[in-house]
This record gives sequence, C-alpha cells and structure tokens, in this order.
Amino acid sequence: MGAERHFRKWCNAFILLEQRLNTMSVTKQTALFSLHQELGGKMVPFAGYDMPVQYPLGIMKEHLHTRAAAGLFDVSHMGQVELSGDKVEQKLEALLPADVQALKPGRIKYSFFTTEDGGVIDDLMITKDGEGKLFLVINAGCKEGDLAHMRKHLQDVEIVEHNDQGLIALQGPQASAVLSRFAPAAETQGFMSCIFADIDGVNCRVSRSGYSGEDGYEISIPNSDIDRISRLLLAETEVEAIGLGARDSLRLESGLCLYGHELDTETTPVEADIIWAIPKSRRATGGFPGAERILSEITDGPKRICVGIKPEGRAPMREGTALFSGDEQVGTITSGGFGPSAGHPVAMAIIRTDLKEIGTALEAEVRGKRLPCKVADLPFVKQNYYRKPK
Amino acid sequence: MARQYSREHEWLDVEGDTALVGITEFAQEQLGDIVFIDLPEVGAEFDKGDDIAVVESVKAASDVYAPLTGEVIEINDLLADEPATVNASAEADGWFFKMSISDKSELDELMTADEYKTFIESES
Repeated sequence: MGAERHFRKWCNAFILLEQRLNTMSVTKQTALFSLHQELGGKMVPFAGYDMPVQYPLGIMKEHLHTRAAAGLFDVSHMGQVELSGDKVEQKLEALLPADVQALKPGRIKYSFFTTEDGGVIDDLMITKDGEGKLFLVINAGCKEGDLAHMRKHLQDVEIVEHNDQGLIALQGPQASAVLSRFAPAAETQGFMSCIFADIDGVNCRVSRSGYSGEDGYEISIPNSDIDRISRLLLAETEVEAIGLGARDSLRLESGLCLYGHELDTETTPVEADIIWAIPKSRRATGGFPGAERILSEITDGPKRICVGIKPEGRAPMREGTALFSGDEQVGTITSGGFGPSAGHPVAMAIIRTDLKEIGTALEAEVRGKRLPCKVADLPFVKQNYYRKPK
Repeated sequence: MARQYSREHEWLDVEGDTALVGITEFAQEQLGDIVFIDLPEVGAEFDKGDDIAVVESVKAASDVYAPLTGEVIEINDLLADEPATVNASAEADGWFFKMSISDKSELDELMTADEYKTFIESES
C-alpha cells in the first residue's frame, strides 16, 4: 500500500469518476485559467481540460450558494459549433429526434445524436439563429466524435467550431437580477431563448438555459473579453465562482442526465427517460438513427429505465454500485453523491422497468454490505426555471 | 507521548499499547465537505495498510488505511450523525477510532509533527 498511491488517491478523490472522459494526455486551459488560479480554484483534469473542481468555499457551500443567490461557472470546455447551409435544419433532423424545422429563430431545444442502435452519441443544445443557421453546444468529452459525425453526415453544411469563444453559466435565483444590470433585455427573455446582448461593450450570446435546475443563463463570450466580463459579474455581491463539483451535485439533485453517466451509446433515450425531448412530430415520422428501436420502446416500454434512488441511510451510493431486489441484481447506480440542498444522499440509476414505481424498496451493495434504498421521484429538489409573467 | 503522523495522512496519539487515530487537518482540507464516514466495527482486526475506514465527501469516497496492525477497541460514535465534525475539528473531536498495537516496531515508521509538515510540503 504505497504512500504515493494513497496520496494520489486523496488528491484525485474528486475526479475518479470523470477520469475515463479524460482521454487526452495534455490538458488544455480555458481563457479563464488564470482567474481560476487567482480565485484559489482546485484544478483537476476534466475531459482534456484543466478545470476548477471547487474554490476555497467548497462544494457544499458553492452548491447552496447557487440555489440561494447566483453562481458563475466556467463551461468553456464545452464545444460551441455553428452550422450553416441551405436546409441545415432538415439535414440535422436526420441525426437526431428534435423538430429542428419547427424551431423559431432565437429559440433553443435540448436533443441528442442517436446511433443506429438507438443509443446516444451525445446530448446537446440547439439554437436557431436564423434560416439555415444553427448553433450547437456539445459536451467537452464528445467534441471530436460529434464533429466527425456531423462532417460525415451533413452534406453541404459549413461546420465551424468556435474555439475563439468561451462559455460561462450564471445560475441561480439572483442570476436574472445580476445579468440585467449589464444587459437589461436578459431580465424578461424566455426560458430556452437566445438573444445577442451588449455586456460592457461586447456583443455576447445570452441563452436562458443551464444545467443546475435553477433559472439562469449561459453566455458565450469572445476569449479576449471573457476574463474581464467574468470579473465584472463576480464583483456583484450575489455572485460566487462555482466549480465542477457543485455543478455535478446541482444537476444530480435536479434529476438531469449527464453524458457518460446516465447517457451513453448503450442506453436509449427511452431508457434514460428523456423522451419528453422527442416531439410528437418526430415520433410520427421517425427518420433519425435508431428510430425503429426508440419508437418501439416508446410504444411498448423499455426493459430498463432511469430512476431516482434515495439511500435510506447516510452513506452515499456511488456510480457503478449494484442494486438488488432480493438476490437478483436489477440495476446499477449511474450517478450518486450527496445532495446539499436535499440534505441526504441522492442517486440516479438504471433499473429493471417493472421496479420503477416510486417507493419500491431495493438494496445497494456498498463495500460488501447491502444497504436499503428506495426508488424516488426526480428531481430531488424542485426545478426553478423562469416563467414569463402573463 | 507527542502526537505522531503517518504517510497516509493520519495522526496517532499512542498511549501504552493503544493508539487514538484520526485524519490530519491537511487530509481534511484535501477531502472537502465530509458527508459520511464508514468506520470499522469494534473488535475488527487489521494489518497495517488494510482498508480500515472510508470517508465520503460530496463528490467522492476515499479509503483510509490502517496505520498499524491491531484491533479496533473503540470508535467515535459522534461521526455517525455529525461527519462534518472532521472538517471542523480533524485533530481533536473528529478522531476516528482507538486501536490496540500488535507490533510496536511499526511505530518507528511514524513521523513527528515537524517531519510530517516537511512531508506534506514535499508532496504538494
């Protein structure tokens, strides 16, 4: 039991689950790297980038602060891709089950690239900028694969990856009050809408979206200005810098799937229970990879499904933990940790569909011991998205 | 006897044939907010280097290794309900367990407070 091995284990404690996404040997830095260091961020490799897992505040307080006021996250590691070309909306529909043609300019939809077998290559946000112009945000760990996939299948479409732009998320109930001091139009823009707004003299893409379960924005900013604008936002009393650790606990409490955990090429969107993102029109017409399996699972029900799991005790149940009903293994935890706002451990799992009823008692095998848990309603904490006043 | 430290970031107060064990302030800081501690059972026997406890933070689980060979004779019951005690007081109220010492020669490998300070500076 070498001391070095042990030391590494302690220091890398936060990133063990993410390491498989870290396929690159040399880590890249975002344009906010020096800001993270200045703020005392604990930097870890994540999906090929050196990212702050937490700041001196710590994951627990960062999480609670985001739910109470506003948190600023660097999500520049994610991919920002512009697609342009005649009928690009129709062409993209051949790769995913969203109704891209019906998307109105300035509106955003959540969707996912599917495989021929009905699995998920990546989940993403699609913004319609105008006729024949789309803007995608894709996961950091899937960037190369997504780009290759699109280049292969989208004929006569210009595909531009915007490495010249960074992305920050401002999330929490005070996010709107803070951002509208700089960009007044942000205050009343609808949930899942996108506007271009001037922030301190810079034209920024402001989307009312995020992955914390709270109201908030994702703001795409040229690399040359992102440090300055991030500092302006952080100078507001409501705002704290938040790391990837709290980003993960916030999305998990909010019951949001994360690629590489609930979603992968072996899991269909029906199994991941995200069919709300497949509109009626696409269920009727199909025409996306894996449509046959996905549509039949929607009709007949999948064999396994993603659910919330609430451990009965205080021990967290981590990703990979086996779930049992009696002697039979019936599922596996896909994400698990502690929910700071829930005040108890929280998890998501993929289990046999017949056991999905809320309250079903199961057992999780944690360090050789069987611990009780129950199927729970998702989200664990009520989502708090913006609704336009009527 | 003065407090001693292991290379695995544990502190030990040795008294006769027993040692009171916890994790260091440095380890506590590295782990962040602690939400659960899986302590060994009283009466359980361990070899030096065995997994003896698990500390769970918001994000991850980390093993704690037995600093010595021996038997657990008492555990800190407070930690079951108040695991964050370790964040607030790693080297006092947040002690983990008391164990018997089977092989006193293992104590030779432990460090003094000054040696441990140098050790963590060289590691970080």
